[in-house]
Amino acid sequence: MSEVQVPARATDGVKRGLAEMLKGGVIMDVVTPEQARIAEDAGAVAVMALERVPADIRAQGGVARMSDPDLIDAIKAEVSIPVMAKARIGHFVEAQVLQALEVDYVDESEVLSPADYVNHIDKWGFDVPFVCGATNLGEALRRITEGAAMIRSKGEAGTGDVSEATKHIRTINKEVRALASLSEDELFVAAKELRAPYALVEEVAREGRLPVVLFVAGGVATPADAAMMMQLGADGVFVGSGIFKSGNPVERAAAIVKATAQFDDALAIAEASRGLGEAMVGINVADLPAPHRLSERGW
Amino acid sequence: MTRVGVLALQGDVREHLAVLHGLGADAAPVRSAAQLEDVDALVIPGGESSVIDRLTRILGLQGPLRQRIADGMPVLGTCAGLILLADRIVDAAPGQQTLGGLDVTVRRNAYGSQVDSFETAVAMPAIGDVPVAASFIRAPVVEQVGDGVTVLGEHDGRIVAVEQGALLGVSFHPELVGDDRVHRRLLQRVG
Repeated sequence: MSEVQVPARATDGVKRGLAEMLKGGVIMDVVTPEQARIAEDAGAVAVMALERVPADIRAQGGVARMSDPDLIDAIKAEVSIPVMAKARIGHFVEAQVLQALEVDYVDESEVLSPADYVNHIDKWGFDVPFVCGATNLGEALRRITEGAAMIRSKGEAGTGDVSEATKHIRTINKEVRALASLSEDELFVAAKELRAPYALVEEVAREGRLPVVLFVAGGVATPADAAMMMQLGADGVFVGSGIFKSGNPVERAAAIVKATAQFDDALAIAEASRGLGEAMVGINVADLPAPHRLSERGW
Repeated sequence: MTRVGVLALQGDVREHLAVLHGLGADAAPVRSAAQLEDVDALVIPGGESSVIDRLTRILGLQGPLRQRIADGMPVLGTCAGLILLADRIVDAAPGQQTLGGLDVTVRRNAYGSQVDSFETAVAMPAIGDVPVAASFIRAPVVEQVGDGVTVLGEHDGRIVAVEQGALLGVSFHPELVGDDRVHRRLLQRVG
């Protein structure tokens, strides 16, 4: 039992705890207070406040940065669910600003242009919790080592192509299962190969799962996409461009929430999929030249 | 054997199941009206109260849940679960409803944003001499209680644990910090 007697803020438990409360839910990218209202009304568990959704960042190019504080404040004022916002990889001052704005979670995100190609943010120094992207178990554990309180598999943001999201959640879960099957004396080399601290590797092997919540992101565009990610073992789903780049955001947002909650009920997913209009047009990841793959940012 | 359900639409379902299993209870997730019929008691977990509310309506669970509550099924609500058990909410999301049953008014997000979330221990003499370990995460508080409601715990002068009949509601998450005594109290209700 915890021995905490006086109120203690920003503990590991408190930071990871908020992510536990988001499980089974959908976190939606929004660029205006009006979109945030649609997201909350549709049943989003949280919103990600940003200036451009990944599809537009991809289309318009240039350096993508933290959002204007006025936008974040306006979105915070609009909704009562948690509000997240993105900082560039390694940009600890953007993270300080987001903490000062009292966002509920900071996403140190490869969707924005990295600010440091060597170091990620030292997240232990912050009271606000962080979510970070990962494409495999070693990357996830390195982010947790730096203080991340939640992991999202990266997928390939702004494409509407779910194949990379599938690859990353499968990879992470496969590597977790592989660790759990090793004998204790094999974990030292496993830690070396994963390039992650032994203590964390040992914990994952013992528990058979990550010590923090694992969501999926990057390419989810339909109710069936979301349900597939849940069936593959995700704790929840981020939907970026997939909602507000589609023909009918109000209906699609609600449908993705329903399909995420009823992810193992094919009839319910079928019902949720009816009459949603056009999905976002999308880009096949295979057609993206390597320098334009966001998931390769971060290490 | 007594069967305890955990409402498994959204939120920290796994943590509640783990506590209940640790107490030797036959615990199972509840996602449908049929599964609800099979349980003798229920936990409504932490999560996003506006989303759990919405999903109970989409899945046709709101009516059956209200009926079981009216029939006297023991229910424990933590955080979002407390909000769902409250008859009245302040700072609700637009259109947000509750199941009701507890004659209390609950304020959502009473402590502010996530940076104001905290862990502490809450004195709950009805549950034990040692204060209950508690994680408050964007937590609600009880602002007003009706005549039939017993206050079980306060933090900083604000009501954070209440009981009325078979319903038990706490603002915080004992399930995240390894304290199983609030769940024990639920199990005692079903013998």
